[in-house]
Amino acid sequence: MTAATAQGPNAAELRADARRERLVLGALAAPGLLLIGVVALAPIAWLFWLSVRKGDSYTLEHYARLLHSSYAYSLQTTFELTFLVTAICALLGYPLAYLIAQARQRTAAILLLFVLFPVWTSLLVRCYAWLVLLQRRGLVNTWLADAGLIDLPLRLVHNFTGTTIGMVHIMLPFMVLPLYATMRAIDRDYVRAAANLGATPSQAFRHVYVPLSLPGLAAGIIIVFILCLGFYVTPALLGGGRVMTWSMQIERNVTYHSDWGAASALGVVLLAMALAIFWAVGRVIGFNRILGGR
Amino acid sequence: MLGRPATETQITHGRRLWLYALGGLVLFFLVLPSLIVVPLSFSDTRFLQFPPPAYSTRWYEAYFGSREWRQATWISFAAAFLTTVLSTGLGTLAAYSLHTMSGRAPRVIYAFFMMPLIVPAILVAIGTFLLYAQLGLNNTMTGIVLAHSTMAIPLVVITVASGLKSYDMNQEMVARSLGASRPRAFLTVTLPQIRIPVVTAALLAFITSLDEVTISLFVAGGDYATMTKRMFNALRDEIDPTIAAISTLLVALSVALLAASQFASRGEKR
Repeated sequence: MTAATAQGPNAAELRADARRERLVLGALAAPGLLLIGVVALAPIAWLFWLSVRKGDSYTLEHYARLLHSSYAYSLQTTFELTFLVTAICALLGYPLAYLIAQARQRTAAILLLFVLFPVWTSLLVRCYAWLVLLQRRGLVNTWLADAGLIDLPLRLVHNFTGTTIGMVHIMLPFMVLPLYATMRAIDRDYVRAAANLGATPSQAFRHVYVPLSLPGLAAGIIIVFILCLGFYVTPALLGGGRVMTWSMQIERNVTYHSDWGAASALGVVLLAMALAIFWAVGRVIGFNRILGGR
Repeated sequence: MLGRPATETQITHGRRLWLYALGGLVLFFLVLPSLIVVPLSFSDTRFLQFPPPAYSTRWYEAYFGSREWRQATWISFAAAFLTTVLSTGLGTLAAYSLHTMSGRAPRVIYAFFMMPLIVPAILVAIGTFLLYAQLGLNNTMTGIVLAHSTMAIPLVVITVASGLKSYDMNQEMVARSLGASRPRAFLTVTLPQIRIPVVTAALLAFITSLDEVTISLFVAGGDYATMTKRMFNALRDEIDPTIAAISTLLVALSVALLAASQFASRGEKR
């Protein structure tokens, strides 16, 4: 602001003016902040309080109960699912993002549409589609049987396998998009220079391209990991009751037992894990890169 | 063609065939499953046979003939519309406000705006349910719209903020030095130039609300049950091919909205 640095008799007035304007402009963000703060975040602080209360006194009882074997088991399921889905997304997403990043602008735009289409398609529609495809007499089993690969239909859905397949389908775009954005920005001259200096294609790829693309991979992994950790809908539908994730335990405690103490403690632990992972990775690669913002 | 170099490192297309095959398969995996619902929705039988033994439109008739589904559809679209208006307005104002700030403040506030994306949805869902129970907002349109807006605002802020990055705020200064008030300068100079990110943000907000499941499961019930809530329950209990008909309509809507967002960003490049 040049006004704030002005000299002369009007300087003080101009400074006050500039300050007032900054306040007004800053206030424009307030309604949105207020809405998010009151509706989404304040109740979570309330859950935190509920998690340490019993009757009129403070207690850690709800947290102690989380050590019970059924919770430990669902925590293990959640982490297995999360790690597996994240790993598969990285393995499938990296080559795809690489290909799209190398394609010509027009081709890349079309290929990206294929990646964006699932994002814009309803989550429930996709879960439904997988239920149909993977069921006992579903398309996948029919094809495999017709191809002579299996004699008896495989159990592909209402279990861990089906949940994993459905989750990978839902999470994959969140891996590909940040990877693509990073890869597109890589200056190809570096790779050319490596080739000029005698690197084989695979050396140039491993020693030059991969390190440059790592921030995108890290962003993709962190997004997918955090989304998976708290995901409710797909495990609930494709798991068929056999897969019990941490988020489903929360839902159960509220809907069936009205046990807010347990649900809150579960929620606090889930949130703490998500924030810890986000913070740890954010420290390394920068928060803004993860969120794609300023 | 296959012998020609594909990249700067002189690797040929022929030696990368496996990569193209893998990429093709992954794209196939991303797109095809959702399309399976289209032929299914025209099936004549209750059983999920593929290909359907005979074709009919009975599941569409079942959908349009059901008072519950019509009601849920109306609730979902009304909520999506109101969420779009509210979150695009508040989110755009917030992104603009952040853009004018300097120092550490905008980064901290931006991070706060992103919280609903980081906090697991199930947690927001039970928290909001608890809050609404005190305020009497469960199973109301106001409650649904406010909750959906907290999910949509972060996306609007991201989209509009990235649009503002390439916008030169000095243009607004020029307008003001010529006598325009700040709101007038924003509406007549800035807004027209960031209209494409704003439209994209609005489309995103619409689809976010229409597709929101977890929070709706808790706060939307009774006469205010959203389409997603009814679909979720139907999918969990017994699969009825009516879902295929609804899914097909939703896929068509997704294609239309995605096309609209692409069309909007195409206009930007020109």
